[in-house]
Amino acid sequence: MRESRFNGVLFLIGLLLVWELVAQAELINPLIVPPLSRILRIFAELFWSGHIPLQILASMKRALLGYFLAAAVFIPLGISMGLSQTVYRLFEVVVEMLRPVPPPVMIPVALLFFGLEDEMKIFVIFFSCAWPILLNALDGARNVDRVLLNTARTFGLPQRKIIWNVILPASSPQIMTGLKVSLPIMLILVVISEMVGSTDGIGYFILDSQRRFRIAQMYAGMFALAILGYTLNQVFSLLYKLVMPWHVALMRLRDGS
Amino acid sequence: MPILEVQNLSKTYRQMGGETTLAIGDISCKVEPGEFVSFVGPSGCGKTTLLMSIAGLIAPSTGKIIVHGKEVSGPPANLILVFQEFNKSLFAWRSVLGNVRFGLEARGNHSRESANKARSLIELVGLKGFENHYPWELSGGMQQRVAIARALAYEPELLLMDEPFGSLDALTRLELEDTLLKLWEELGTTILFITHDIEEAIYLSDRIWLLSRRPSQIVEELAIDFARPRDQITTRAEARFMGIRNRIYQRINSEGAP
Repeated sequence: MRESRFNGVLFLIGLLLVWELVAQAELINPLIVPPLSRILRIFAELFWSGHIPLQILASMKRALLGYFLAAAVFIPLGISMGLSQTVYRLFEVVVEMLRPVPPPVMIPVALLFFGLEDEMKIFVIFFSCAWPILLNALDGARNVDRVLLNTARTFGLPQRKIIWNVILPASSPQIMTGLKVSLPIMLILVVISEMVGSTDGIGYFILDSQRRFRIAQMYAGMFALAILGYTLNQVFSLLYKLVMPWHVALMRLRDGS
Repeated sequence: MPILEVQNLSKTYRQMGGETTLAIGDISCKVEPGEFVSFVGPSGCGKTTLLMSIAGLIAPSTGKIIVHGKEVSGPPANLILVFQEFNKSLFAWRSVLGNVRFGLEARGNHSRESANKARSLIELVGLKGFENHYPWELSGGMQQRVAIARALAYEPELLLMDEPFGSLDALTRLELEDTLLKLWEELGTTILFITHDIEEAIYLSDRIWLLSRRPSQIVEELAIDFARPRDQITTRAEARFMGIRNRIYQRINSEGAP
């Protein structure tokens, strides 16, 4: 494990070196591809001046609000749909109609309702994170083993407690999968919505830099986004290990044998 | 007063094509407090359906089930069903201790003593030292011990067991039979046991009911009066043991082909 991670980092450094060399040799128009060293210098300046962190903060505020709102609404809805045929039939058609809609299509609609405000972006993120979260929660709740449910019933647990103490933990691995899949979707949609209509945020920053022809600054913004994406993923894995150590161990055991 | 009374129970299933199958014909029986009683019958004879009905998990088509003087209309209090599939019935996210404590929590006992009680039950089923393991880290036999400890933590007056040792290897099965008898003698819980293993039924039970093939009915009741505590070697070596075994076997066979 450790060795492969090390090789991965080496490979990344190799790619960046190629970039630097190509740019220095001016194999590609240096206005379009500035040398990496210049991009990194600008990135460092913008980072320490607080400019990039502020843009990221603005983006993350919207992104996480939309994300957690989606989780708060669609995990309970998914579980309800997984457990009750009535609820499932009630929502199924609407869900299956809305789900194939590409989330960026919601931006013009959201603009009508919310203008350029944060609510517009939060809504678009909320909408796009909804489906993986909903479908995984639904599937997780529906596939809880009958023996497990009957066991809980034979111990005389009321339905409310069965949901809380048995169905929720039993489907938690799949709920977490939905949350994990939604994380990059959240990042994509916050950037797109900021590019369409915003005056700050990392998406706005990147597009604005390009329009002003500050190309190195544009790349610096993209670097920030890549680092952000990687960090979010790492934080998620860390939280996963903290919240569900049993499942991490179970998976390790299964992979081993 | 009997702890369990089954009156003219029958169960009909509707199949995919709309035809109906009669799984349980007409079963009536009584279990007295403290007894160890078994149902023995060929596979597919509706044993599990019968036990699920008694546990209030499925509704019978006709007839009545009375547990402790009350007619069953949902899972009755004071009754726990232990399933054969221990790998599915245990909570994978809870440690062995957590699983056993579940039985106490279901009774509303969240106190500190509940941990001590759970620990003593874990010791009683022979899993001392495994309190902090997860069930899926344990062997099949050990997992079923956890399930039994969890059931007993609830202090049920009636313990139903659906072929609990059916998927264990022969040696583990003998060990668990003895553990179960020891617990039964110590705690005085009434046990209603289902198995297709004739010798297991004879070894464990006070009484055995033989079930026919579908639609299942009780074809014979046998009283088993070997001295207790029983012993895997001496009890099974008694001349009458084989006699009873052969009689049951012949009876089930003559009930014969459907």
